[in-house]
Amino acid sequence: MTSTAVVIGASLAGMHAARTLRHEGHDGDIVVIDPDHFASYDRPPLSKQFLAEDLEPERILLPSAREDLGLDLRLGTRATALDLADRSVSLQHADGTLGLVSYDSLVIATGASARHLPGTAGVRGVHVVRTVADSLALRADLAAQPRRVVVIGAGFIGGEVAATCRGRGLEVTLVEAMPVPLERALGAEMGAVCAQVHRDHGVDVRLATGVDGLETTPDDDGTPLVTAVNLSDGTSVPADVVVVGIGVQVNTGWLEGSGLALDDGILCDETLLAAPGVVAAGDIARYHSRRFDRSLRVEHWEHAIAGGEAAARRLLAEQRGDAPEVFDPVPWFWSDQYDRKIQLAGRPEATDVARVVHGSTEEFRFVTMYGRAGRLVGVLGMNRPRHVIQLRGMVEEGASFDEACARAEAM
Amino acid sequence: MRVVVDFDLCESNAVCMGIAPEIFEVRDDDFLYVLDENPPESMRAKLEEAVQRCPKQAIAIAED
Repeated sequence: MTSTAVVIGASLAGMHAARTLRHEGHDGDIVVIDPDHFASYDRPPLSKQFLAEDLEPERILLPSAREDLGLDLRLGTRATALDLADRSVSLQHADGTLGLVSYDSLVIATGASARHLPGTAGVRGVHVVRTVADSLALRADLAAQPRRVVVIGAGFIGGEVAATCRGRGLEVTLVEAMPVPLERALGAEMGAVCAQVHRDHGVDVRLATGVDGLETTPDDDGTPLVTAVNLSDGTSVPADVVVVGIGVQVNTGWLEGSGLALDDGILCDETLLAAPGVVAAGDIARYHSRRFDRSLRVEHWEHAIAGGEAAARRLLAEQRGDAPEVFDPVPWFWSDQYDRKIQLAGRPEATDVARVVHGSTEEFRFVTMYGRAGRLVGVLGMNRPRHVIQLRGMVEEGASFDEACARAEAM
Repeated sequence: MRVVVDFDLCESNAVCMGIAPEIFEVRDDDFLYVLDENPPESMRAKLEEAVQRCPKQAIAIAED
């Protein structure tokens, strides 16, 4: 059957959807649309190796971008509207001209954008880290030997950027609005351990501290240049470079009024189907997880791969009249900060029981298990990759918390 | 089919071990060991999944 598949978003989820469509039987056109001018690249290095070393963007291309998949790749092109009845997507090209692409099946993987700090638009020295362009701009400022860097937001991106900046020998202040960083993802106790890692590496960590505003001075051509960050405790921290890592917002604006159900993401069914012939994958897809009995929207790297593949298979199943498969993998991610590797499998919540079952938090080498209603719902490891990957299977099985802890202690 | 790991890239995330423990093992020294450099053809699908899921793009399949 020759039909046209359109994939909106050429990052990890979109490219894996396109790749899976091609590998698993779609022989018609595959049009891939993305506003980014760089070809498909991998984002995790943007806050780490790409920022630390002078890597060329080509070094972080996705493998699927090097593979001959026969894609009609349209970079620098933005999707602006979806017409479900007409099965078409309105486009705006880099030169401002408008276009339209019709589809038989559609993958939406427009992901999310970095949140900016209000009132910082156009201020030099203030950065977010989401795209290659973002990371190149920050890298250029870091290479200019700034004296002090202030990182706002002690989540995983903020933590990685802080670590990379310390690796470059820069003074770093890490500002977090919550009393404990990462509490929502890891719980208070483990979040506190992560904060201590930064302190031990010489970072000035300011918790329960908001940002009131920035101080600036006009540079040579009159552009405001950041000089300090004013904090909610009344103090002011001098800053030559500010990095804002306060989360993302989903790129659903272009879908307003399309008829797709939107609520902090595209509401999909359990198979990632959003409408007949339309699937979503990656950061933008919200679906009900049976495993966790929660509505989930997962921003992890591996989830984007799994979601892209599952979304493509959902379309193929629809075309072939096959029964669709439920999408419900156990989320997993990693974050490298200094010489520590943090890995989390599952979806713990701040109210879960957290038990250290291996190693110790004092030596920053440990495994922590999260339990909810007697079930294992998450495994956190710091420099314990083997344990996390092996215990992930017990999260998949929905194992009893006590049994899982006993097994982990024996590992 | 031969498993090729670029150990300069490998960061021991152990994803490959989760997919194909018959081939990959991350030990307590946090290093990856390849248990079977010439796995049987029946392992190809798993090996390809490990190639795709490696966060560091450190695994390749050589045909020789």
